[in-house]
Amino acid sequence: MDDLFVRITTRMILPFIQIYGLYVIIHGHLSPGGAFSGGSIFAASIVLYTLAYGLKPGQKRLPHHISSKIETGGILFFILIGLIGVALGYTFLTNQEAGFPMGEIGRVLSAGLIPVVTFALGLKVMSTVVTLFHTMMEEE
Amino acid sequence: MQILNVFLVIFLIVAAIMVERTKDLLSAVIIFTSYSLMMALLWLLLRAPDVAMTEAAIGAGITTNLFVVVISRTRRTEK
Repeated sequence: MDDLFVRITTRMILPFIQIYGLYVIIHGHLSPGGAFSGGSIFAASIVLYTLAYGLKPGQKRLPHHISSKIETGGILFFILIGLIGVALGYTFLTNQEAGFPMGEIGRVLSAGLIPVVTFALGLKVMSTVVTLFHTMMEEE
Repeated sequence: MQILNVFLVIFLIVAAIMVERTKDLLSAVIIFTSYSLMMALLWLLLRAPDVAMTEAAIGAGITTNLFVVVISRTRRTEK
C-alpha cells in the first residue's frame, strides 16, 4: 500500500496503540483485559505497520528468529515460575505460600507472580500473532 | 437501553444472513467485520468488558487482516 496519508497516520498512532497494549497487559490482575487481549492489541500495531509500510520493513521491525525466541522464552518462563512452587514442596503455580510478595491491594506490583506471568504470556501472544501474519504475507 | 439492545441483536441476525448470501468474498469479510464490532458492543452491554476487548482486537482487527490477505492470494468471488 503506497499512500502518504496512511503512512503518516500510522506513524502518529503507533505509539499510542503500543502503550495501550502494554497497559492492558500489565494491569491484567486489576482491570478487564489480560495477556490475551493486551497481546493481541500490541500485535495489531505491528500488523498495521506491516500493512502500511510493506513486508520488508515490517520484518525488519520484528524478524522471524527474534519473534520465535520471544514466543519460546515466554512459555518457558511461565513453566519455570510455575516450577518454583513444585521445588518448594507445593503444587504447580503456588503463589503466596511459595514466598512471592503479595504487596498492597490495588497497586500494580501486587498479587505475587501474576503480573510477571501475565507479562510473559502477553509477549508470547504478541509474537505468535505477528508470526502468523508475516508467514501468511510472504507466501507467494 | 432496551431499544439499543434489540437493535443490536436484529443487526447481528441480518449481518449473519448477509454474510452467508453474499457472493463477493471481500464484501462478506467487511460485513463480518461490522458483525464483530456490533458483537463487541453487545458484550460491553452484557457487562463482559474482558470479552468485548478481545472481540474488538481479534475479531475486528486481526481476523479481517488475515481474511483480506488470503483473498488477495486467491480468487475474489465465490464459485
